[in-house]
Amino acid sequence: MTRLSLAACAAAALLVACGGGNQNQNQQSSVPASSGAAAPSAPAAPGVDPATAATVTGKVKFEGTAPAPQPIKLSSDPYCQKANPGLMTETEVVGKDGALGNVFIYVKDGLGNRTFPAPATPVVLDQKGCHYTPHVFGIQVGQPLQIVNSDDTLHNVHGLPKANKEFNQGQPIQGMKMTHTFSTKEVMIPFKCDVHGWMNAWIGVLDHPYYAVTSADGSFSLKGLPPGTYTIEAWHEKLGTQTQTVTVAEKESKDVQFTFKG
Amino acid sequence: MLPLFAALVAASTALLIFAGGLVTSTGSGLSVPDWPNTYGWFMWAFPVSKMVGGIFYEHLHRLVASTVGFLIVVLAIWLARVEPRRWVRRLGYLALGAVITQGILGGITVLWYLPDAVSIAHASLAQIVFCLTTTIALVTSHGWKVGYGQLPTSNVQLPRDFTLERIAIITTVVIFTQIVIGATMRHTGAGLAIPDFPLAFGHLIPPHWDPKIAIHFAHRVGAATVALLILATTAHVFFHQGRRAELRRPSILLLVLLALQITLGALTVLSQKQFLINSLHVVNGALVLVTSLVLTLRVHRARFAGSATHGAFVPRDPAYAESRTAWTRRGARA
Repeated sequence: MTRLSLAACAAAALLVACGGGNQNQNQQSSVPASSGAAAPSAPAAPGVDPATAATVTGKVKFEGTAPAPQPIKLSSDPYCQKANPGLMTETEVVGKDGALGNVFIYVKDGLGNRTFPAPATPVVLDQKGCHYTPHVFGIQVGQPLQIVNSDDTLHNVHGLPKANKEFNQGQPIQGMKMTHTFSTKEVMIPFKCDVHGWMNAWIGVLDHPYYAVTSADGSFSLKGLPPGTYTIEAWHEKLGTQTQTVTVAEKESKDVQFTFKG
Repeated sequence: MLPLFAALVAASTALLIFAGGLVTSTGSGLSVPDWPNTYGWFMWAFPVSKMVGGIFYEHLHRLVASTVGFLIVVLAIWLARVEPRRWVRRLGYLALGAVITQGILGGITVLWYLPDAVSIAHASLAQIVFCLTTTIALVTSHGWKVGYGQLPTSNVQLPRDFTLERIAIITTVVIFTQIVIGATMRHTGAGLAIPDFPLAFGHLIPPHWDPKIAIHFAHRVGAATVALLILATTAHVFFHQGRRAELRRPSILLLVLLALQITLGALTVLSQKQFLINSLHVVNGALVLVTSLVLTLRVHRARFAGSATHGAFVPRDPAYAESRTAWTRRGARA
């Protein structure tokens, strides 16, 4: 019985308290990186003649009474409270004249069988002030996504894709970086930090470079498009999606307006 | 000392279920991405200063879990050394096996990003661990050993209340099933699938359905079923076995816990799943289960008489022989 007891004790001890690993096991680099913004629509992708490339520009508006951003309660982490005391929700960023920011605009259809190589330049997602920067952004399949912890607190980076593989990586030390790539196009993939429940971001993964995120004035621009007819989709994390079809001729620039109702 | 320690283990299991409830209620299940380490630190070496945000709940749950695991190891060893009844010793091994499995499920659910099936199994097995530790605490208690003065003797066979025996078992099984449905509801995100209470979208029966609404509504139907069964069981106790304090007391407690549980369930919906209310609903549900289990076991107490005679037992602890003799002299047979 004693042997059995000892064996059971050892098994339980292993399960409940084993470890002793290196606390830096997740650390890939301790050098802090500068924060980066979402990659904008490329000027002209390889294989597209810049001399004939067209542009789609436009604005996204919010119609109705815009909900005011709410202050986020940060008391669960004293660091966050100190680092970013005025942090507000950014679900609906509505500016002057109803300009709607943080809307992901992309070419949903119309590019045919064209292929676009993934840029080697990484897109950077920064965790700074217990807040993701940027909040909404795009990336190409195979393009590196560099995730940085600029905070002197612990974050976990939890991507919850459906078509791609879910991942959850801890970044306990300030300056840590990790790189991730997506293998399949997917619009949109939510990111969250389970440590700080208010932290979330959205990433659109596409197999082409024709995407943009509306700025604070609601504007966007898709440059370098080959002439053709395209389905343009506007995605908002709360207000849903809208699509429009637009045809652009050589060197033409067309304006597209989206209006989301609240 | 053993009964007291067993009761402590059972109480610590309830605390563990509450801690687990906090993890789910705060959405902190993946705030520590690695397991069994915490952000690369050995679990017990993780700095308290870094227990921020969701890490506080998840890491605390792990610490409490490992403590309870250790306590169950001690309990199983203790039972193995001093307990004369083989089936009670086996309960100790079973509890140990269950808590080890529970630890593995907890790790798997983190490493596999909280798959519903594993998380639900983790939540359900927690109830079984609590049932096992509570049963051990009960059957090692003095009251159980002396049979609450109700044990049959060689001359007198006490009449058995077959109705109560059956309804008590049914009630306990249905409560457990209801808890599993509740766990399914929690882990599939169906807790607010029906946003109003006591009606469902303003109706008695939901006017439209989807899988989450179905799970949520099943939990409400389960609550009504459990309430009726508890009322039936306790009413039977009061009307037919009212003189038996060992049945009357858990019956009263069961009614109190039932009222509290329904209130907490309603408040969980009405408060939009406020995490503390939600977690109290979870642990109170577990308390309803084990109280019903205690009542059931006490109802069936006479059936355990004489079970100590099965299975040879040779105590290794020399001090035990004397205590066992004394216990036997007191007439405890099971």
